[in-house]
Amino acid sequence: MSSNSQSSDQLPEEVAEFLVESYENLDRLDQDLVTLESDPRDKDTISSIFRTIHTIKGTCGFLGFEKLESVAHVGENLLSKLRDGVLIINPEITNSLLSTVDAVREMLAAIEANNSEGEGDGDYSALIAQLAVLTNGEQIVSKVIEDPVKGIAPIQVGESSFVFSKKVVPTTAISNDIPSETENIEAIVQEVVPPIHTSESPGKEPADKEKVSSSLSDANIRVDVGLLDKLMNLVGELVLARNQILQYTTSHTDSSFVAASQRLNLITSELQEGVMKTRMQPIGNVWSKFPRVVRDLSLSVGKQIQIEFEGRETELDRTIIESIKDPLTHLVRNSVDHGIESPEGRLAAGKPKDGRLILRAYHEGGHVNIEIADDGSGIDPEKIKQSALKKGLYRSEQLEKMSERELINLIFSPGFSTAEKITNVSGRGVGMDVVKTNIEKIGGTIDIQSTVGEGTTFKIKIPLTLAIIPALVVAAGGQRYAIPQVALVELVRLEKAQAKIDLDSVYGAPVCRLRGNLLPLVNLCELMDIKSPRADDDAVNIVVLQADERQFGLVVDNVIDTEEIVVKPLGKQVKAVDIYAGATIMGDGHVALILDVTGIAQRSSVISEVRDRKMSEMAHGNHESNKVERQTLLLLGVGDNYRAAVPLSSVDRLEEFPIEALEWAGDNQVVQYRDSIMPLLWLSSSIGVSPSQGPEPESIQVVVHSAHGRRVGVVVDSILDIVNVPMNLEKCSTKNQVLGSIVINEKVTDVVNIDEIVGSALVNFIDASNFALAGYGG
Amino acid sequence: MSVTVRNEKQYCTFYLDNNFLGIAVTQVQEVLKYQQMTIVPLSSDVVAGLINLRGQIVTALDLRKVMGLDSLQDRLPMNIVVQGDDGPLSLLVDEIGDVVEVDTEFFEDPPETLELSFRHLIQGVYKLEGKLMLVLDLQRAVFSLVDA
Repeated sequence: MSSNSQSSDQLPEEVAEFLVESYENLDRLDQDLVTLESDPRDKDTISSIFRTIHTIKGTCGFLGFEKLESVAHVGENLLSKLRDGVLIINPEITNSLLSTVDAVREMLAAIEANNSEGEGDGDYSALIAQLAVLTNGEQIVSKVIEDPVKGIAPIQVGESSFVFSKKVVPTTAISNDIPSETENIEAIVQEVVPPIHTSESPGKEPADKEKVSSSLSDANIRVDVGLLDKLMNLVGELVLARNQILQYTTSHTDSSFVAASQRLNLITSELQEGVMKTRMQPIGNVWSKFPRVVRDLSLSVGKQIQIEFEGRETELDRTIIESIKDPLTHLVRNSVDHGIESPEGRLAAGKPKDGRLILRAYHEGGHVNIEIADDGSGIDPEKIKQSALKKGLYRSEQLEKMSERELINLIFSPGFSTAEKITNVSGRGVGMDVVKTNIEKIGGTIDIQSTVGEGTTFKIKIPLTLAIIPALVVAAGGQRYAIPQVALVELVRLEKAQAKIDLDSVYGAPVCRLRGNLLPLVNLCELMDIKSPRADDDAVNIVVLQADERQFGLVVDNVIDTEEIVVKPLGKQVKAVDIYAGATIMGDGHVALILDVTGIAQRSSVISEVRDRKMSEMAHGNHESNKVERQTLLLLGVGDNYRAAVPLSSVDRLEEFPIEALEWAGDNQVVQYRDSIMPLLWLSSSIGVSPSQGPEPESIQVVVHSAHGRRVGVVVDSILDIVNVPMNLEKCSTKNQVLGSIVINEKVTDVVNIDEIVGSALVNFIDASNFALAGYGG
Repeated sequence: MSVTVRNEKQYCTFYLDNNFLGIAVTQVQEVLKYQQMTIVPLSSDVVAGLINLRGQIVTALDLRKVMGLDSLQDRLPMNIVVQGDDGPLSLLVDEIGDVVEVDTEFFEDPPETLELSFRHLIQGVYKLEGKLMLVLDLQRAVFSLVDA
């Protein structure tokens, strides 16, 4: 939350923050001290008081308030004795500590009033001496207490006077004679409690003190984040209600109604903006830990690095701040470790010895850009090429075709690292792809600009907030779906005649010719297995989407409109379906599902195992790369005449066990495998195929699959082949265990759902009594 | 779980096919007539759709499917909204009955002969005058459902 107090334009931000925090802590300290007096042995309270004073001391030492520091220091000394049990608290000590609190408060007020120039001209040497005496375990000589340190007395005056006024005001006529509340209190104080009124401070003291401590702490309050989230949610609903009314307005001619709804429109927008702001935090909050990270890291790798920040105050939604913390840290570490050269290397390259790392943040058109720039050696595309080749991620002819930019972007591929040696920092090849995934998860993008010898800049672009997003609303199968606009590239509508020309299929996979490129198509209705009301000869609506590096076209029945939507989470019963990112409530009150573009791409295998087969390759007419909907399958023989297939990605290993290795655990057949017991299940019985009639084999063929952290062996009669085929499955069976059928090598083959088969068997194995639930359990 | 529920006296009752079932009223948030639903393609069979409950998106479960029965064909189901661990859930039932007050002494464990898959979801049976009320085990039947 930004500190929008009026004094913040004069006070340095860190001082203002210090003041606000200290006021809060001091208020608690008053309470703690009183609690402590009644229970002197309460260790927690002493520790809490100690920490507070310690924090104040530390911070003001840092900010250069020496007088304040010296007072806090002696207070801390005394408290440490109390904490260690050397001294036991007594009223004298409590008095002195309360005096310390008051002195600190006074100085803070002076700092605020003087614009952080100084702690005021109060003299606290007597208080310091008194505290020192107490710390040494001596009794205070009475003359010390006479010292006009604003001691315990004013507080008592303040408190007791309120108590009295409460009692007196409603009952007697005194209150009527007295014009104002404050004077009322003073009068009562003077009349009723003269004995307490000992110190030289006059009755107006409490009021004064209030005024002093107020201006900063009153300008800020701490608010429960849950409450803010709720407000945000409600405002989201209000926005929807507004949209509804605005829709209604267009069909109305009553001018006063139209005017009122226009006002509602404006106010709602402003309210939305205001509430959004409450959740905003400056990115500096995340950055503040980087100097330390960079320092420690550069020391450990023997580099000298200066870190600089630009745009610390750039604000972002709280949830986004949370989710970019790790990716940013990783990138910073990466720049320190890989980006910037060693001092010798830098000198040799004619650069200053100290490397520079610049973090920059700024707003740009509804997005926040964050840049992490170093002046290191840059990323060498040649090196990447070799590394990719060596790791076998790509073939050389694939790499030859890539542009420099594409090559540099390869560092985001899983399993990639160019670090010459693995340090404990980075270079283990898990990182950059995770960074990219995490940033994409919040609807952001990451880009690299790198010049060899001059440095590398990572550019991250993220939305301001996650709660309300612009979306495209489409219809499919009579229902509406929202697609986040970040993933949207363009909309294509092909009229009947044009559709005939442009739509085609490659090896069964539908594609669209779009400006000379082939765009893989996914039909939303088919993907969801729902009926489309669209007739065959209607125009075709294609929503071109971007998921990871790939573009694909989503065929929908209709494109309706763009709308701002409030993202709401799905219940756990439907969360597992990977093609939805959430749900939203539309202007008319109906629920619409939000599509997860990456999930759709994965489900329809647009993004295959090898992520980076590029569109450009397809334009070259490379037949190999048109396998957008292809999958690698393991072909299995079951029974005498039955062929099954499982996706190779779901197979851990293939094993062969002699028949003697089979043992029993409960009523399950198992084998010992890698120091644990692996349950076996026969694919033939799982899918209801009669097993092979031939003679009992001497060994069994097992496909090892892991699910829920356990390995399960699926026994088959034979392992035939591994093929890569287009996955145009036809559903010929209603069994859950079979995903669909496909013709492979001129034989009909069932692609089995190994997760389903193993999942239910596993439940069976672990807890046979829970069998009834297995049908629903995952 | 079952021990605490047995102390309940009041049940919100409903009909499901030929069965008369009850849920402890303390677990029921509200009862609604049929609500328009948004279907969720590719989700599990038991998920009937999503409903808008005053701005909150609530998953509606087809309780007939949960209990292994066929879906309701000839009319629209009604909603019983229950409080789950992570927010409300709506259960689609054939028809809502009265709130009945029962004495725990008429409670009995589900009969052994009940089909296993069904028996698991039932905590027990109350012998009411003229009919039997099955107590639904919400934890097992509903909250432990995760999309397969």
